Amino acid sequence: MSATVDIAFTLNGVETSIRVPVTMSALEMMRDALGLTGTKYGCGEGECGACTILVDGATVNSCLLFAVDCDGRDVVTIEGLAANPLGERLRASFVEHGAVQCGFCTPGFVMQSHHVLTKSPHADAEEVRRGVEGNLCRCTGYKKIVEAISAAERVG
Amino acid sequence: MTRVERYLVPRTIAEAAGGLRDGNVTIFAGGTDLMPQSKSGKAKFGTCLMNIRRIGELRGIKRTASGFSIGALTTITDLRDSPEIKVGFPALWRASDHFASDQIRNAATIGGNLANASPAGDTLVPLLVFDARVVLVSRPNGALQTRTIPMTEFLVGPGKTSRRPDELLTAVEMDAPPPGFTSRFFKFGTRPALDISTISIGLGAVRDGEKLRNVRVAIGAAAPTPIRAPHVEEALEGKVVDGATIAAAVSAADCDIRPISDLRASEWYRHELVHNMLERMLSDVGHG
Ligand SMILES: Cc1cc2nc3c(=O)[nH]c(=O)nc-3n(C[C@H](O)[C@H](O)[C@H](O)COP(=O)(O)OP(=O)(O)OC[C@H]3O[C@@H](n4cnc5c(N)ncnc54)[C@H](O)[C@@H]3O)c2cc1C
Ligand code: FES
Ligand code: FES
Repeated sequence: MSATVDIAFTLNGVETSIRVPVTMSALEMMRDALGLTGTKYGCGEGECGACTILVDGATVNSCLLFAVDCDGRDVVTIEGLAANPLGERLRASFVEHGAVQCGFCTPGFVMQSHHVLTKSPHADAEEVRRGVEGNLCRCTGYKKIVEAISAAERVG
Repeated sequence: MTRVERYLVPRTIAEAAGGLRDGNVTIFAGGTDLMPQSKSGKAKFGTCLMNIRRIGELRGIKRTASGFSIGALTTITDLRDSPEIKVGFPALWRASDHFASDQIRNAATIGGNLANASPAGDTLVPLLVFDARVVLVSRPNGALQTRTIPMTEFLVGPGKTSRRPDELLTAVEMDAPPPGFTSRFFKFGTRPALDISTISIGLGAVRDGEKLRNVRVAIGAAAPTPIRAPHVEEALEGKVVDGATIAAAVSAADCDIRPISDLRASEWYRHELVHNMLERMLSDVGHG
């Protein structure tokens, strides 16, 4: 076993402390140590975006982030968007546009599109497509996802 | 896997350089290379893991007397969002824009891209075009020592640099390019996003009427490290960019590149790509 370190950070608005092995990823910490399983393990190597979380206001792949690097930072997972107005609109829009099939990619897409629309509230389809280029979906063919995100400003 | 016994989070360059003196230390910044490499066994952790992300001095793009200094922790997103980079160093801006995905760009640092020294590292090609210098800091006996070396000296082989284990990469410096200098970057991959370059080309020059002066050409993923292409540069320097010049430059590329075959492309295909992409870029310059 490697050394462990005590870290403390804000997780979905709540002060959280935990002891983690220094080589653990933030994804493993969320799912296995903290029980937040909304963040998905797809590829484990930065290719699919299913593990997307927000750290200090920017999205990152939690499978590439060292858990210890969350110390002192503001971390939001898909669970943290439950009561968030834009998060709610995005979820409603995904459902309305049929952008969810198996749903495995959905938390990552919602996190990333939340970030895209926060940075650029009136993003056009091209900006949306560029914004989610790090998210893979094996089911929908992306068209409905891009439509859902583009419409999220107006939904609800 | 090596047992990591210690974890360090230095707040200053001096503290980090002190920690590196003790030997078997693995540095991480964004983790986008180190995390997957350690999981696959390609990289082994030292006995000490050092998180350099809390070193404020390493962040940001600063103006210097001769140009710009880009701190090692500057992310690819920071580069892409910087008006100075977009206007003054368009080839570097383009490389940042075509880099991986938003999530990776938000985490990946320029220092990590340099230290990882992949033959396909995308910022390395434009940095070669801008004659960038890498700044390395160590603390051999109490006092800080700085070594500033050109990119060509820093990059030694695939994944190999001339950085000593006790040195921290703190910044990369670029002089403001000469007046009228324009630059471009082209990356070829098999899909638009999240692709490691099959080949990439950076091109910079001052346009002097019909002629090109101060020509600098760099090529990625076509040799053990990203390289400058002196034969191509010579074929273009002071020339009018017409069909004959382009043909000469394209065939000169064979003297500069030494591509390999791997899962992304064969050696033959990389030669073809360099020829065709260089031809396309130069025709574009000739018309523009
Ligand atoms: C899915 C995916 C897509 C990618 N796409 C691209 C791409 O399009 N183009 C591209 O060029 N790269 C790409 N990469 C590679 C990677 O994202 C970049 O090389 C990135 O810039 C590395 O930065 P980092 O901060 O994450 O480095 P880390 O992983 O933290 O570190 C990388 C290496 O550099 C060392 N290091 C880091 N900082 C310093 C320092 N200041 N001093 C000394 N040593 C240091 C570390 O010890 C480690 O060996 C991709 C990676 C993934 C996973
Ligand atoms: S699980 Fe992190 S990007 Fe696929
Ligand atoms: S809905 Fe199944 S992967 Fe996207």
